[in-house]
Amino acid sequence: MTDVVTASSTDSAIDPVVSAPRRGAFVYFDLEPEAKAHSLFQILREDGSADEAGVAGVDQALARRLYEGMLTIRVTDARMMALQRQGRISFYGEALGQEAAVVGSAAASLPDDWIVPALREAGVGLFRGLTLESYVAQIFGNALDPTKGRQMPCHPIDRDHHYVVMSSCVASQIPHAVGIAMAMKAQGHAGRCAFGYMGDGATSEGDFHTSMNFAGVFHAPVVLICQNNQWAISTPGTVQTASETIAIKGLGYGVESLRADGNDVLAVHEVCRYAADKARRGGGPTFIELLTYRVSAHTSSDDPTRYRDESLTEVWRSRRDPLLRLRTFMEARGWLAAGEHDALVAQLEARVRDVIATVEAAAPPPVETLIEDVYEEPTWAQREQLAALVDPAS
Amino acid sequence: MPTMNIIEAVRDALRIEMRRDQRVVVLGEDVGKFGGVFRATSGLYDEFGADRVIDTPLAEAGIIGTAIGMALYGMRPVPEIQFGDFIFPAFDQIVNELAKFRYRSGGQYPCPVVIRTPVGGGIRGGHYHSQSPEALFIHTPGLKVVAPSNPYDAKGLLLACMRQNDPVLFMEPKRIYRASRGEVPEGEYTLEIGKAAVVREGTHCTLLAYSGMVSIAEEAAKKGEAEGVSIEVVDLRTLMPYDIDTILASVKKTGRCVVVHEAPRTCGFGAELIAAIQERAMDHLEAPILRVTGFDTPFPYTLEHEYLPNADRVLGTVRQTLEW
Repeated sequence: MTDVVTASSTDSAIDPVVSAPRRGAFVYFDLEPEAKAHSLFQILREDGSADEAGVAGVDQALARRLYEGMLTIRVTDARMMALQRQGRISFYGEALGQEAAVVGSAAASLPDDWIVPALREAGVGLFRGLTLESYVAQIFGNALDPTKGRQMPCHPIDRDHHYVVMSSCVASQIPHAVGIAMAMKAQGHAGRCAFGYMGDGATSEGDFHTSMNFAGVFHAPVVLICQNNQWAISTPGTVQTASETIAIKGLGYGVESLRADGNDVLAVHEVCRYAADKARRGGGPTFIELLTYRVSAHTSSDDPTRYRDESLTEVWRSRRDPLLRLRTFMEARGWLAAGEHDALVAQLEARVRDVIATVEAAAPPPVETLIEDVYEEPTWAQREQLAALVDPAS
Repeated sequence: MPTMNIIEAVRDALRIEMRRDQRVVVLGEDVGKFGGVFRATSGLYDEFGADRVIDTPLAEAGIIGTAIGMALYGMRPVPEIQFGDFIFPAFDQIVNELAKFRYRSGGQYPCPVVIRTPVGGGIRGGHYHSQSPEALFIHTPGLKVVAPSNPYDAKGLLLACMRQNDPVLFMEPKRIYRASRGEVPEGEYTLEIGKAAVVREGTHCTLLAYSGMVSIAEEAAKKGEAEGVSIEVVDLRTLMPYDIDTILASVKKTGRCVVVHEAPRTCGFGAELIAAIQERAMDHLEAPILRVTGFDTPFPYTLEHEYLPNADRVLGTVRQTLEW
C-alpha cells in the first residue's frame, strides 16, 4: 500500500541531528539554513535516553510541567471521545500522539505572547491558563460556553491569556498570527511574539504561502508552527506535497525554517524557545515543522481504517508515544516515582469528571443570543427576526 | 467651505483619523510611496511613515488576513483593495473570518477593519475593473456595507466607519471619484451609518439608488421634472444595515418605487429592497416595484454604456410604474 511507503519514507527521515552542545547551544542551530530545514532536531531518543549535555538545562520542575501538560490533554481527550461515543457531545477532535508538539511549544510561550491555534492546540490554551471548565463548556455549547454555543466543539477561547478563537477553515488563521505580530512591531511592543499554528494540510492552502511571504517581508515577530501529523483526514503527506520536507517551504520566503521531532517534547520546547526568543528580540519570523503522527482518527467523524495501514499507526501509538518517552526519561532520573503516573492520571480523570458534571447540566444559551455579537448592536432586521421567533404574533 | 472631490474627501478623512488615533494604519498595494493608484492615500506615507502606511505584497488575502490580526491586537486597520474586482482572493478572509470574529468569540474579539475599495464601471475597465460586488457582502452577516455617492458623504461616513467597532466594506464610486465635487467641511464630522438621505423630494415615484447611481437617478429626476414627473430620490448611503424607515416613508408617500443599481439584476440588492418594501407597504403601492440594473452578464468592455443604467432607462422605467 502506498500509505506504508509514505509513512515509512517519512519514517526514514528520523535521523536525529543532535550532537554535543557547543558553547551551551546545540550544533543544530549553527547548521546552514537548508540543513536545518532538511534534518530533524531531537534531544530525547525514542527509548527515552539522551545525551547528558543535551539535557543540561532541563530540570525536574520543567519536565514535570511538560509531562502534566501532556497528560492533561491525553486524559481530557479520552474522556471527551467517550462522551462523543455516548452521544453526549456532537463531535470531538483529539490530539492523541501529538501532545509533545502541543505542550512543548506552549511551554515556550510567555504570558504576553499571543496564540493563534488550529484544530489540535487546545492543550496550548490549557497550558497557558484556559480553564477546563471553559474548555468543556465550549464543547457542550451551552450557557456556560463563553462563546455562547456558536461553534462546534474544539473551538475554545481565552482572551485573558491571548488565546484567539479559531474557525474551522484551514490555514485562514495563519495571516492573523502574522498580522498580530505586525501590530506588536508597529506598536513598539518588543519582548512579545505571536505563535501561529497549522497542520500539514494547511501548507497547501494559499493563506499559508501568503502569510509566510508577509512574515518574511515585514520581519514579523511570529513563530509559525506546523504540526506535521502526516495525515489531512485521508490525505497522506505525499499527496499533500512533493516537497522533501515541509520546513523547506519557508526558505523560499526568506523565513528561517527549523524541523524537529514533534514527539520529543524537549526538542519541541527547545526549537520553539529559540524561535520565540529570536522573535521577541527583533530577529524576525521562524517557521517550524514538528514531525509527528495522527495516531487517532481526524475527528470523531472519521474512520482511518478505510484508508491507512493501522499497523504503522501502532508503532507511533506505542514505541513513539511522546508521553512514554518523557516518562521513561524522567523515571530514569528519579523525577517520577513509581505510582506517580497512575496517581496523576487518577487525579486528572477525577477533575475532568467533576468539570463535566458541573458543566453538562447547564441550559442552552438563551434564544436572545441568536442575534448578539454579529454586530456591536443588533440591526433592526435582526430584532425583527428574533421577535418573530419569540412571539410569532408580532 | 472648501470643495473637494471624492478622492480628496477620502484622503482628508484618513488623514484626520490617523492624526487623531495612533491605532489607525493604512495598508494595501501601492498605497504608500505611490499614494494608491487613484491617489486616495497620497501624502499619507510622507506624513505617517512606512509603519502606518504600509505597502504590502500583491496578495489581497494577505492584506485582509493581516489586517484582521492587527485588529484583533487592538489596532484599527484600513486596508485598501485596489479594485473591487480584486477582492475575491480575500473573500474567504472577509466572509469566514472578518465577518464572524465577533460572533464566534462570543463578543470577545471585535474586528474593526474598514476595507476601502473602488467599485463600479464606466471607466473602460472591462470585466476586472468595473464590478459592483455589494450583494455578496450584504449577504454576509457581520459586515456593514457603506456606499457613499458624493464627497461630503464619503468623508463623514468614512470617519464614522473608522470610529465604530464593526468591520465595514466601504465602496467608493470610482467613475465619479474626481467628477463628483462638492463642499466638504474642514475638520471632523461624522454621518450616521445606517441612515439614508432624501436627496431630492418628489411625489410621483421613489428612486432608490446608491454609489455611482445616485447621480444617474438625480439626472433622471431632473429630466422627469421637465416632463411633469415628480421623482423623489433616496440615496441609501449604507446598504447594510439599510435604512428601512426612510425607504418606507418615501414609498408610502409616492406609492411607486424603482430601484437602480449597476450590479447584475438577479439576486442583486434591488431584490432585497423590493421584498422588504412589499412586506411592509403593500397597501401603499400603486404599481409593482421595478428595477433598472446591470445585465446578468459579466461586465462588458465595449458596450459598457449599454450595460450601465442611464437617466433615460431610469426615467422610462419610472414611466412604466406611472402607467401601470
